[in-house]
Amino acid sequence: MKSKKLQRVDFIFDCAGCEPIEVVKKALKMSREEVVSSIIESGLKGRGGAGFPTGMKWKFAKDEVADTKYVICNADEGEPGTFKDREILDVVPNKVLSGMAICAYAIGSKEGIIYLRGEYNFLLPKLNGQIDEFNNNLSKIGLDFAVSIRSGSGAYICGEETALFESMEGRRGEPRNKPPFPTKSGYNGKPTVINNVETLVYTAMIINMGVEEFKAVGTMDSRGSKVFSVSGDTPKAGIHELELGLNVADFVEEFGDGDTKAVQVGGASGHCVPRKLFKETIIGFEGIPTGGSMMIFNSTRSMFNVLNDYLEFFAEESCGQCTPCRIGTQQLIKGVEQVKRGEMQSEYLDQLIKLTETMKIASKCGLGQSVANSFSSIVTNFREEMIY
Amino acid sequence: MSKIKLTIDGRKVQIEQGKTILDAAKKINVKIPTLCYHEDLCVAGNCRVCVVEVAGSRALQASCAIPAQEGMEIRTNTPKVRNARKDIIAMLVSEHNTQCTTCYRSTNCELQTLSAEYNIDNNRYLSILKPNIEVDRSSWSIEKDDSKCVRCQRCVRTCSELQHVNALTVSHKGKDMKISTFHDLPLKDVVCTNCGQCVNRCPTGALTERRYFDEVWEAIGDPTKHVVMNTAPSVRVALGEMLGYPVGTRVTGKMVTAMRRLGVDSVLDTDFSADLTILEEGTELLVRLKKALVDKDDTVKLPLLTSCSPGWVKFCEHLYPDHLGHLSTCKSPQQMFGALTKTYYADKKGIDPKDIVSVAIMPCAAKKFEANRGEMKDSGFQDIDAGLTTRELGHMIRQTGLNFLELEESTYDSIMGESTGAGVIFGATGGVMEAALRTAYEIVTGREVPFADLNITAVRGMEGIREASILIEDAVPEWSFLEGVEMKVAVAHGLINAREIMDQIAAGESPYHFIEVMACPGGCIGGGGQPIPTNEEIRKARVAAIYEEDMNMTLRKSHENPEIQTIYKDFLKEPLSHVSHNLLHTTYRKRQHY
Ligand SMILES: Cc1cc2nc3c(=O)[nH]c(=O)nc-3n(C[C@H](O)[C@H](O)[C@H](O)COP(=O)(O)O)c2cc1C
Ligand code: SF4
Repeated sequence: MKSKKLQRVDFIFDCAGCEPIEVVKKALKMSREEVVSSIIESGLKGRGGAGFPTGMKWKFAKDEVADTKYVICNADEGEPGTFKDREILDVVPNKVLSGMAICAYAIGSKEGIIYLRGEYNFLLPKLNGQIDEFNNNLSKIGLDFAVSIRSGSGAYICGEETALFESMEGRRGEPRNKPPFPTKSGYNGKPTVINNVETLVYTAMIINMGVEEFKAVGTMDSRGSKVFSVSGDTPKAGIHELELGLNVADFVEEFGDGDTKAVQVGGASGHCVPRKLFKETIIGFEGIPTGGSMMIFNSTRSMFNVLNDYLEFFAEESCGQCTPCRIGTQQLIKGVEQVKRGEMQSEYLDQLIKLTETMKIASKCGLGQSVANSFSSIVTNFREEMIY
Repeated sequence: MSKIKLTIDGRKVQIEQGKTILDAAKKINVKIPTLCYHEDLCVAGNCRVCVVEVAGSRALQASCAIPAQEGMEIRTNTPKVRNARKDIIAMLVSEHNTQCTTCYRSTNCELQTLSAEYNIDNNRYLSILKPNIEVDRSSWSIEKDDSKCVRCQRCVRTCSELQHVNALTVSHKGKDMKISTFHDLPLKDVVCTNCGQCVNRCPTGALTERRYFDEVWEAIGDPTKHVVMNTAPSVRVALGEMLGYPVGTRVTGKMVTAMRRLGVDSVLDTDFSADLTILEEGTELLVRLKKALVDKDDTVKLPLLTSCSPGWVKFCEHLYPDHLGHLSTCKSPQQMFGALTKTYYADKKGIDPKDIVSVAIMPCAAKKFEANRGEMKDSGFQDIDAGLTTRELGHMIRQTGLNFLELEESTYDSIMGESTGAGVIFGATGGVMEAALRTAYEIVTGREVPFADLNITAVRGMEGIREASILIEDAVPEWSFLEGVEMKVAVAHGLINAREIMDQIAAGESPYHFIEVMACPGGCIGGGGQPIPTNEEIRKARVAAIYEEDMNMTLRKSHENPEIQTIYKDFLKEPLSHVSHNLLHTTYRKRQHY
């Protein structure tokens, strides 16, 4: 598969030619169907990790008949190594709000809520002011929709959309069974669109710049650009918006420190790409998707420690309700430790990889399902480091 | 309702919209193993044991939680499914205290059954059982052993959905996630009503009733002790389930024989004190009505609430402490029985009450706590020395090696062994009300209740709250003030329904005169001490057996019980007498609400 050259883009943070409330006005001049079909045509996929086509999500919610519908902005940003939603909400909150308003118009919702990661509460004073002003502007342009903020309950799992609803409804953040999906029965059992912060900004940008201009960026499978949170052994740690479809080699060329051994694409729940696979690995839905987290490791890093950290994160942050995830994560930690100490044969690693297969197909939510990604990519590619 | 067509393992099945894959599989007798699923509870989908393959989906799906959809192709028995299930069960085992040989639930444990079915080899995974888990034995009624917990949350769902008590909740997350109480306090210090419904739904030995049979065996073996056992009405229609009989079999006669064979000195019937309760509580009702209607005393608390279900009583003490005045002051039949055993019975038999060990066999976990309430010593001794569950009796019978199926039948000893159909139906929700009406109506009008065969069907059934009314006409002179009064009664079972009743009372909007409340769904036949499993179907079968037993009795009204007539003549004098007051009535107190 051919990859794209590394290309910097500035859709998200650049504000020239984009007054958020004007973008909402522009959407209001379109029919609701047109708004939804523009987003569908743009090929935009969710930027929160799961990559569900945003336009389809909006369409499902629009087609539901209900007295109340909600638009929720997922700003729980808990994936290790991502910090781009914070920056977006800090720098261009009005763009996020306009995305929410456009969605509200499209699906017929009057109430929007931002679920803000608890650790980001320092943003609240400023955000609240901006929200008030934005709500005012919305009523001036005649859109019956208002946004409020709900402070998150401090667990990674509350970023999972249905756990997030549970948390908002005052219960323990445990993922629900799906179906029903949020577009049918979400927050308070009502049709709900939940999108990532960044996704919402792109929806506004698509309305602003037009479908064609957006589609011209990226690849068939991965339209547009993406905000990356770059961290680890890099001289350029921080936030960078890049065209989707580049390969890891080019990424490392730009961001690495010259000694890059591996890149963890997509945070703890993502995949670890070893040096030998840099060239052939595309960053995007045709290769390895990411919610934005890019962690770069150089040769001084122990991949055993990296894996162990991830596993401890999962064992800690799993909600604990379902068997494969609650117990699987603990088994993996104990298993790799015992192999490392020579108390178990190295073949036990293969048994553990099989265990992650079970976790992948039998866990209730994305957390347990995605542990296999980092586990098998690290154990397979750095097996030696696991044993000796 | 529209039907959905799907295939399961290549076989076609049709099922109503909204039903799950598991429902559809049951319909064609395809057994899918489950663990967190329980018929009485909302779906959790957390154990993942019931996963199946759905064509078109890479991940497996939890069949208990996923609605059947048109055209679905389900596979329940592929290598992928079997491997995943085996892995999941092995994981549960790795987290579990696998000392099955010393576990009370051994041979009746869902995890044990699953691991046997799936042949879990021991060494697949390392044990991750947390070290030093302490068993909570603080409660008189319930033991909680987290080392045997599979985190299915059935107990939590029971405590919130069915009972609305929320004594048990989930705390912590990830590897530390566990079933806990408010601030992790011991069970004795939280809002727990001891109803034992969680115990009845626990798939393993994590929640069990606190056992007292060893003490009882000791007493039986002690020649200086006179051991008296009394059996609650609902035990006789459920015990058989543990001993080889189909659900819904009445085993009264065999049970009595078995208990005698255990070495018990006297086998008596709690139905006797159920009948007694009717006279005391029925009179209490009529007295309250008189005070309200004739004396216009506005301090009288109406509706009167029954008090024979100790889980319900404790529920009120925790959650509605300002309304305790509505509760009848009558002790439960168990405690009346205890108080009389060590006074009236001892006297008649010429036995020193200090040598009597009085044991109650109950469908109930709450009655263990009740027996140990400080105030239950009106006989001058602890009125009831031990409260055992139906399950504990079943275990004792097994321990003796008796072939229960082959036992001859026998009848209760005397005195306090005589009963009526009215006493028997105490075992089912609505039974106390029906028994009370059979007697009270007759006292007031001199006539039998105007229902065919005395069966007051309006108060029977499984609706959470049922109501009925009965018009008093041609009252006898003594009760003429009730002439023309339409007695309004209600029956509630399951504490979630009790809450509705109490909220109505708290709001001053209760339209009733008399309300029967049982803590457990279905009443005592569905009690927390009954054989496991218990579910809707089983409760219905036990209820049917209770009414069958009633129909088979010659005496079906409490006041016609000859032993009741004798005890009033010889000992109590009349309902609510001074002696009654001392021995058969009690008081309540406020408890913490967390
Ligand atoms: C364990 C877990 C954590 C998640 N955390 C987040 C999060 O912090 N932010 C987010 O936008 N999506 C998160 N998601 C994904 C959401 O469930 C959901 O798919 C997303 O908010 C949808 O928005 P999108 O389509 O715009 O990406 C998480 C998913 C899982 C399984
Ligand atoms: S996979 Fe993990 S986080 Fe998700 S529901 Fe199961 S235990 Fe909870």
